[in-house]
Amino acid sequence: MGDKLLMKGNDALSEGAVRAGCRFFAGYPITPQNEVPEYMSWRMPQAGGAFIQAESEVAAINMLYGACATGKRTMTSSSSPGISLKQEGISYCAGADLPIFFANVARGGPGLGNIAGAQGDYFQSVRGGGHGDYRTFVMAPGSVQEMGNFPLHCYEVAEKYRVPAMVLADGVLGQMMEPLEFTFPEVDPQKLREPDWALGASTGRKKRAVRSYALAEGKLEIMTLDRAQRYKQIEEREVMFETRQCDDADLVLVAYGTSARACAAAQKLARAEGLKVGLFRPITLWPFPKKALLELAGRVDSFLVVEMSLGQMIDDVKLAVECSVPVHLHARCAGAIPTGEDIFQQLQAVLKAGKGECICCK
Amino acid sequence: MLQVNRRPESLCDVKMHYCPGCGHGIAHRLVAESMDELGVRERTIGVAPVGCAVFADDYFNCDMIQGPHGRGPAIATGLKRCKPDCIVFSYQGDGDLASIGMAETIHSAGRGENITVIFINNAIYGMTGGQMAPTTLVGQKATTCPQGRDPLVNGYPMRICELLSQLDGTRYLERVSIHSAAHVIKAKRAVKKAFRCQIEGRGFSLVEILSTCPTNMGISPLDAVKFVSDQMVPQYPLGVFKDFEGGKSDVSRD
Amino acid sequence: MPKVIVDEARCKGCELCTAACARKCLVMSTTFSVTGYYPSVCCAPERCTGCGLCAQVCPDLAITVFKEEKAKK
Repeated sequence: MGDKLLMKGNDALSEGAVRAGCRFFAGYPITPQNEVPEYMSWRMPQAGGAFIQAESEVAAINMLYGACATGKRTMTSSSSPGISLKQEGISYCAGADLPIFFANVARGGPGLGNIAGAQGDYFQSVRGGGHGDYRTFVMAPGSVQEMGNFPLHCYEVAEKYRVPAMVLADGVLGQMMEPLEFTFPEVDPQKLREPDWALGASTGRKKRAVRSYALAEGKLEIMTLDRAQRYKQIEEREVMFETRQCDDADLVLVAYGTSARACAAAQKLARAEGLKVGLFRPITLWPFPKKALLELAGRVDSFLVVEMSLGQMIDDVKLAVECSVPVHLHARCAGAIPTGEDIFQQLQAVLKAGKGECICCK
Repeated sequence: MLQVNRRPESLCDVKMHYCPGCGHGIAHRLVAESMDELGVRERTIGVAPVGCAVFADDYFNCDMIQGPHGRGPAIATGLKRCKPDCIVFSYQGDGDLASIGMAETIHSAGRGENITVIFINNAIYGMTGGQMAPTTLVGQKATTCPQGRDPLVNGYPMRICELLSQLDGTRYLERVSIHSAAHVIKAKRAVKKAFRCQIEGRGFSLVEILSTCPTNMGISPLDAVKFVSDQMVPQYPLGVFKDFEGGKSDVSRD
Repeated sequence: MPKVIVDEARCKGCELCTAACARKCLVMSTTFSVTGYYPSVCCAPERCTGCGLCAQVCPDLAITVFKEEKAKK
């Protein structure tokens, strides 16, 4: 603890998970997340845990389903196409209230796409992804430091509310090297309390069952409504975001992850020109920081959403600000990365247009 | 008076939902008796499949998990690696194990995962209503091959024990049947041995149980056991395909 | 004399036990059980040897067999 390290994002993510108490990893190779299973293949046994290179992403997520049912902290990771394959299993974990943790080091899609960093999996991450009525706690790191820190937070939230939790990164964050420091105390999994639903030796207690189905009439709705209560609590308590120079801003850039880094560069250019530009970075994508954005909407002229996707998060921003101010979009897609200069160009145009009407209501 | 048979403790005292004459009830009992006799009920975790046996998590009196279609061996792998002292079994039908879950089956066997798989082969899909299974016999009618399975269109039935016997990771493979009382008794020995294989830490064990589905075969339970003995057994020869004791890997036909 | 008890509420009338009994001790009842099946009944306890094969093939664990202690030796 406390040492300054220079690490790749994928390695930081893996080490962060191990230090957060993860003792089971199953995964399958896919670029640009290959460093995660590679790192875990030696680190997990070193920490006394189990590593399995599964025959597929489908098998990996189901190994997690079993492993997590024993109450252990578990992890799998993949990149976009592989995350699509895992969706069935993620849905089962959501339905069985298992607090799995997984990471998507996203790449360009749809289909095989490419191996560059992209944010096209936003909808898949925050709108469910798999089948059925469920939510996943989604954290979007913006640096290697956050790649290292977020697994622990994901475990804590996942276990508290019994929901799957994920880190939505991208190929840029996965592959880049940055200094980081692990400042949180390393978690000793032996000292974690065994949950009262964990499977194992049943001596002296009733048998337990982990399942996602309920066929008796009305029972599934009761289970789902119970989960909805927990979702509501998460929305109330677990929202995370970061603001930079929003207090005096006329225009606020809204972006997460890698695109937020490009926004920071644009903001710097704008501020140098005396333009009052703020930056709002959602850290949890679900729950989305709706309240904070609505509050901000009362003070600014407009928003400019910057995404490495064709306009996905902008839907959530629009829903949040309730059409009170115009919400503009700067979108790159399929692995293209926005530059500070490009964003700077557009924000100047948006500022010139001023407050005006909501774009969708016009 | 001496009680000749009794309900195993490893089976919950509930009425099972299976159709009259369905082989699942017998197979459940054999698994439960094995757990009882080996004294492992309190450290066993079972994996229930998708299919008619989905409710097995209500029937076995041990910790249970029910997961996605075909993924039993992957789930069992996760359980076993995290709880190596527990006995982990996956209970699966033919669609589950040999169709949608074939990759998980072969790879858990290939890894030599120290788990036990109970494979119910009744040559048809049950819960979904009698569709063609990967083990449906050539000529056998199903709702998705109403004229009977035509190899030119539907391909050939799969022999799982033979297939898995090629893998170095498997330690115990046996195909048994439950079409008569004598075969049920033999099947019990196989199931118990498969659990023993795991308890002794020897690696992957699988027992394929030829079973019946009178409802979807469209015949009476008595005709269904006859179908197993006359039609299925010639296609799926009974016997030991891999044995950790004596290292025999050849089939000893019975 | 050995005794075969069929739990009527559990028996689904599949008839497998009738075929398993070499001494034809079990037949199907001609009246419905509470669950709507024709359950099997032991019609000839005097022929029963208490071998338990009927219970071996019963998918519903509906049959319990008893026999004299001596018979075991």
